[in-house]
Amino acid sequence: MSSWCSWTGATAADVLLKFFFMLREAGLKASLTELLTLHESMKQGLAAESVDTFYYLSRSCLVKDEAHFDRFDRVFSAHFQGIEQALAGLGSEALPEDWLRRLAELHLSEEERQKIEAMGGFDELMKALAERLKEQEKRHQGGSKMIGTAGTSPFGAYGYNPEGVRIGQGESRHRRAVKVWDRRDFRNLDDTVQLGTRNIKIALRKLRRFAREGAADQLDLPDTISSTARNGGLLDIRMVPERHNAIKVLLCLDVGGSMDDHVRICEELFSAARSEFKHLEYFYFHNFVYEGFWKDNRRRHAERIGLYEVIHKYGPDYKLVFVGDATMSPYEISYPGGSIEHWNEEAGAVWIQRLLAHYPKAVWLNPEPQKRWAYTPSVQMVQELMEDRMFPLSLRGLDDAIKSLR
Amino acid sequence: MAERFDSTQRYLATDDLKTAVNAGVTLERPILVKGEPGTGKTQLAYEVADSLGKPIIEWHIKSTTKAQQGLYEYDAVARLRDSQLGDDKVHDISNYIMKGKLWEAFTAEEQPVLLIDEIDKADIEFPNDLLLELDQMAFFVYETQETVKAEHRPIVIITSNNEKELPDAFLRRCFFHYIQFPDEDTMAQIVEMHYPGLKKTLLNEALTAFYKVREVPGLKKKPSTSELLDWIKLLLAEDIPPEALRTEDQRKAIPPLYGALLKNEQDVHLFEQLVFLDRRNRR
Repeated sequence: MSSWCSWTGATAADVLLKFFFMLREAGLKASLTELLTLHESMKQGLAAESVDTFYYLSRSCLVKDEAHFDRFDRVFSAHFQGIEQALAGLGSEALPEDWLRRLAELHLSEEERQKIEAMGGFDELMKALAERLKEQEKRHQGGSKMIGTAGTSPFGAYGYNPEGVRIGQGESRHRRAVKVWDRRDFRNLDDTVQLGTRNIKIALRKLRRFAREGAADQLDLPDTISSTARNGGLLDIRMVPERHNAIKVLLCLDVGGSMDDHVRICEELFSAARSEFKHLEYFYFHNFVYEGFWKDNRRRHAERIGLYEVIHKYGPDYKLVFVGDATMSPYEISYPGGSIEHWNEEAGAVWIQRLLAHYPKAVWLNPEPQKRWAYTPSVQMVQELMEDRMFPLSLRGLDDAIKSLR
Repeated sequence: MAERFDSTQRYLATDDLKTAVNAGVTLERPILVKGEPGTGKTQLAYEVADSLGKPIIEWHIKSTTKAQQGLYEYDAVARLRDSQLGDDKVHDISNYIMKGKLWEAFTAEEQPVLLIDEIDKADIEFPNDLLLELDQMAFFVYETQETVKAEHRPIVIITSNNEKELPDAFLRRCFFHYIQFPDEDTMAQIVEMHYPGLKKTLLNEALTAFYKVREVPGLKKKPSTSELLDWIKLLLAEDIPPEALRTEDQRKAIPPLYGALLKNEQDVHLFEQLVFLDRRNRR
């Protein structure tokens, strides 16, 4: 336990610091306060038991949202992999640099170890790892430089290189079962998208104003006073609506095909809406609405959610927002069997009318520029079905759409 | 190190949970617990208190709760009334200061466990208003010009159902734990803790049926651990044989006493519909 005190010694602290910056690079907003907390808890011997405890402790300190657990797991895996193998012979007295050193002793011949030294030692190795990770964009197999599987590069899983640092390998070939951070239990919770542009903020403001409607049930003191004074001293009570966000939104997003050009703006809209509305549900569809939606794009065929199920679960107080370019063959809208993905018993137009009958407040946001709409017959058809409630996905269009949703 | 939190007779603490709680206890920082409803967030506080042998102070948050209420309230109306009646008490303002839960926790004789339950129910500014108080474990009472400072920093456990996002500044000061929904093995251990000596067959059948119900798509509220425990209690009370739970053989897929698992008319309706469809397909 006491050996953890030396975490504050330069090298060990460096390992943590590197880890910390890797987390930040991965988009986790861990702060200095949290890093210091982690140091402090390790000084107290809280992570002394095992690497697992260290994993749990650092996760508890540095990540405050379960949606980010998966990203944390990936960074942790990339940074600390190989440690548990080395630890097997070391017990709880291990320091991170010892872990790494031990790793070398376990697996390397004298000659190889000198090669590593020539490369600049393990610090360099870890640095090189971080760089390669950045360099590498696609999944990689074989070869001798990039990180992937079955290669001879020092990094990656199932490699022949004895000093290989294992990354994201489901199961070690020779040793124990999957580590908890390799299990990726929280994969489905990660729903983040990059954001931060001025555009979204403006959109947000628009949405917020619209979200602060409600019954006037709070006393507006300044207004009451001034109004009472103007009233010659007779009490004139003024009420204002409470600031709350009671709007419920169903967001249905077109994915794939012609929508690929608009991915970014849809992500921005999605993240803005997500932070703004307490009650936000989202579904995906392809080209047009038929009998089912899905929530996980990778399992779109396996896990469909029936439209009736959606109608049953979300009442008419939800506002329905479609996002799609509505660019398709007219058959996909008006004929049974018109869907390009499957055989639909009933035409898409029938299904969308069912939805619109249930949700009186609905709009369709179209990322295609408005001036092009006239050239696409399907856009005209959708516009008709939506009773002219299709708006361009621009700030102005969003503003108009929100007006129509009120 | 002094005490360590561990599983108790009624509560199964996983390793990650233990690590988070012990970190919070040792460093005297708040522990924020999130998770599906019914996975034992609130229960955790009782068990921590029980396991460490400390008193518990509960503060249940509602949508109308203000941060100030946790510190103290000045009952001006009572003072006004007393002044009209000429009560002597009126001269001492401290007679009208009502202590809040935080005050209670700060001045407790031994270190207590303070549960702040469902913090996300309150106004969005609520956590921000408590930042300094939870950090310093002290606050100032303007009316009496005194500072209340914690003699023993309480162990603060905060639960949240994720209804509102909590401010970053608040999160930075906490240890965070997300209670994952237990897998079947863990669940079996939990049930065993609550109903020791439960027949293996009944346990297996009940768990299978339970996870099946959880998998029904589109449920408004998936049944969770607490519902499972209630259900098993009912099964035991009614003395239902394990065979009755084995749905496949019977073509009668509704588990008995399912009202304990599904708490919503529409869910029950949906479930019945699915069962009906299922049965029709089998024919």
